[in-house]
Amino acid sequence: MDPLLLARLQFALTVGFHFLFPPLTIGLAWMLVIIEAIGWKKKDEVYAKIGKFFGKVLGLIFAVGVASGIVMEFQFGTNWSEYSKFVGDIFGAPLAAEGVFAFFLESTFLGLYILGRERVSKGVHWFSILMVAIGSTISAFWILVANSWQQTPAGYILQNNRAELVDFWAAVFNPSTLPRFFHTLGASMISGAFLMMGISAYWLIKKINFEIAIRSMRFAVIFGLIFSILEVFPFGHEHAKQVARTQPEKFAAIQGLYTTQEGAPLAIFAIPGTEPPKLHFPIEIPGLLSWLAFGDINAKIKGINEFPQDEIPPLFLTFVSYHNMVLLGIYFIFITILSFYLMRKNKLFENQKILKVLMYSTPLPLIASQLGWISAEVGRQPWIVYKLMKTKDAVSVTVGTGELIFSILMFIVIYILLLSIFLKLLFNWVKKGPEKIKVEVAQ
Amino acid sequence: MIDLNTIWFLLIGVLIIGYAILDGFDLGVGVIQLFTKDENERRININAVGPVWDGNEVWLLTGGGALFAAFPIVYATVFSGFYLAFMLLLLFLIFRAVSFEFRKFSETPAEKKRWDMAFALGSTVPALLYGVAIGNLMRGLPVKFVDGKIVSDITFLGLLNPFALLIGLTGFAMFVMHGAIYLTMKTTDQHQERMIKWANNSWIVFVSLYVISTVVSLFVAKYLFDGILKNPLFWILFLLLLGSMIYIPVGLKSRKFGWSFFASSAMITSVIGLLAVSLYPRLVPSSINLDEFSLTVYNASSTQYTLQTMLIIALIGMPIVIGYTIYIYRVFKGKVIITQDSY
Ligand code: HDD
Ligand code: HEM
Ligand code: HEM
Repeated sequence: MDPLLLARLQFALTVGFHFLFPPLTIGLAWMLVIIEAIGWKKKDEVYAKIGKFFGKVLGLIFAVGVASGIVMEFQFGTNWSEYSKFVGDIFGAPLAAEGVFAFFLESTFLGLYILGRERVSKGVHWFSILMVAIGSTISAFWILVANSWQQTPAGYILQNNRAELVDFWAAVFNPSTLPRFFHTLGASMISGAFLMMGISAYWLIKKINFEIAIRSMRFAVIFGLIFSILEVFPFGHEHAKQVARTQPEKFAAIQGLYTTQEGAPLAIFAIPGTEPPKLHFPIEIPGLLSWLAFGDINAKIKGINEFPQDEIPPLFLTFVSYHNMVLLGIYFIFITILSFYLMRKNKLFENQKILKVLMYSTPLPLIASQLGWISAEVGRQPWIVYKLMKTKDAVSVTVGTGELIFSILMFIVIYILLLSIFLKLLFNWVKKGPEKIKVEVAQ
Repeated sequence: MIDLNTIWFLLIGVLIIGYAILDGFDLGVGVIQLFTKDENERRININAVGPVWDGNEVWLLTGGGALFAAFPIVYATVFSGFYLAFMLLLLFLIFRAVSFEFRKFSETPAEKKRWDMAFALGSTVPALLYGVAIGNLMRGLPVKFVDGKIVSDITFLGLLNPFALLIGLTGFAMFVMHGAIYLTMKTTDQHQERMIKWANNSWIVFVSLYVISTVVSLFVAKYLFDGILKNPLFWILFLLLLGSMIYIPVGLKSRKFGWSFFASSAMITSVIGLLAVSLYPRLVPSSINLDEFSLTVYNASSTQYTLQTMLIIALIGMPIVIGYTIYIYRVFKGKVIITQDSY
């Protein structure tokens, strides 16, 4: 088997697994910042219980996030050594900054948050969850700087067979950093909200922990509603506009625009076919794509036919993943608005059907995030660094097929094991519920 | 004079020393866990490191990131060269990372014991592997330059040589001693007495292995000793090594556990410092041609601009990190107290 293909498979597998956890960590941490503040300031026993219950959930999620993150930190060296030599002058800096500014902060204060409840004052304890939330957000920022630089490189020159840094801030705030950061942050908030909604829905369905469940449900629905809207507009929209300007091949691929046209239509639904690239059964809205991307229904947008054939990404995967992400984004707005409306009418907490839907929707934001990454990363192909280095030239030359097969199998086995244990422990904890947790609110 | 490349050599050294001191005791406690039969003692051991181990491990992650940023060629060459060994290391680090929380959420004693063992093995194997990696580095790795590009031919079996294993065992004994001394501060009564014994015994093992390793290195990696006696830094570190090494059993005997831990940390600093002094300016000595093909702080580094930018990041960030790390250690100071939040 081709070592390149195996290395890509391994990277996609390990980073995809890792990215099941960071969104939950980030989203839940920020929700807990608010919840713990209410429990502390208002001496509200119910919020204190919610805080303690989900604080423990955060610990469990964080642990698997750390375990899978360790792998990522070193994989550029082990599997992409040619890449590391080529970009090290630029790419290493955000990784190191992430360690210095973020990992220390989140890991150190998480220990205090989880184990220090009885050792420090309520104020310091709240401060510790705030630091976890800020730390995980800074962590997201720096790693996304690294990734965004691969997508839209800036602040460098090509010299001595490598990319060398000439302007640090230009590299950090390259054209796709901020759109990607806000979009990923929004995805994380939605992921946290849906987790809390799902767990509360389960309690309501089982008619346990009722008093606590309605409060956590109410909070999560409002939180989720706000970020579901923000995620599509402005975050998703701005991100798409940026891709249209900075990576036109990718834009054409994810939108299924195969021939250059003025007044390009937005494809709502289609099945992409190949040779020649063509959309089957399309449902399109004329001019909308041009309008969304450039604010003008007649704007000309380049199609796949415009680019050299060896510089276009795989068309099927990018189109399908992108469209399903968007579909899910619209679904999140719909379901959170509906839940909010029913909540206002006092009809949500007994509505078994909607509660079931909410319960089963728990993993959907994570799926949307995976789909988003697939469109961003597969859409970047064949480049590992857009227009500078091809993925095929980036792989470690000294690592052979046998070694790769060994490590992939190893990761598959460990990750299946970790995921199933994680889910089992989480389900047990949810079944136990927060009712019996002891909290102390009076000072 | 001191240039940016040398400063980064020093800073990477500081990160490695920080890792060895801080996560070093976590690893040592993990090894001791492997031999602890009493369930209650196992719980105290794991909670002795529970609140801090993750922050400690970040020294390794940041070290990796800093190596990537400052010396990308070394990062790329060593990690891809040590591929299988590295994957093995990751396997154990993964299990250690989840063992704490998974233990807390487990319900039956059998399950809890399983995660105690995950913590124990997840510490024991890395504690050994780090030394093996260092041993191979000291011996030199088969790297060379061909047309200005670095080429390496490192094999997995080649990494398992007697010298590397000797260094591996030496490092292992050092971590066990360090972990045992840490536990003397965290435990009481019988448990504490046993830890004092562990500390004393592993001290004897470490000192003997260290002497043997030094003598063997004279033959296997003679270049490390070239001109070293003329280097004042060598003498400072050497005296620190002797002083701290001698103090450890004295401190344990007079039950000054905090000071013994301090001495043990100073000893780790000098052991790694001495190695760094003798390696400098090399990062990866070449076993093919030491003078021509070794990766040094000059031929493997990033540009001056990147080194400078990174230095600013380090100077802003690290004092803050050290500040809150000290704070957290003070919060969790003293004997282990088991609460309903404990692991
Ligand atoms: C958008 C956010 C995001 C993305 C794209 C990534 N990570 Fe991550 N990572 C986090 C957000 C995060 C986090 C929120 O900071 C984590 C997740 C769960 C956690 O506990 O911390 C974390 C943990 C984590 C850790 C453990 C840190 C610790 O011990 O505290 C490492 C070493 C990495 N990550 C490294 C990486 C690398 C090299 C990535 C790129 C391939 C990567 N992560 C993608
Ligand atoms: C955590 C979220 C991420 C996910 C889910 C993700 C997903 C993927 C996927 C699916 C691939 C395979 C693409 C292909 O080979 O066709 C890939 C490749 C890759 N990604 Fe990402 N990625 C993520 C974050 C990152 C980040 C933050 C970086 C860099 C800092 C990065 C760097 C790479 C590299 C180096 C490759 C391998 C080369 C390649 O195939 O392009 N990824 N990723
Ligand atoms: C209508 C709604 C949405 C739009 C228009 C949109 C737009 C985009 C675009 C254009 C990209 C690709 C960026 C690139 O290729 O470089 C992207 C990536 C991504 N999307 Fe979405 N998105 C939407 C909804 C969502 C939702 C609901 C989630 C998750 C809850 C999500 C999570 C992600 C993630 C994690 C990525 C990869 C990281 C990145 O490049 O930002 N998206 N999105």
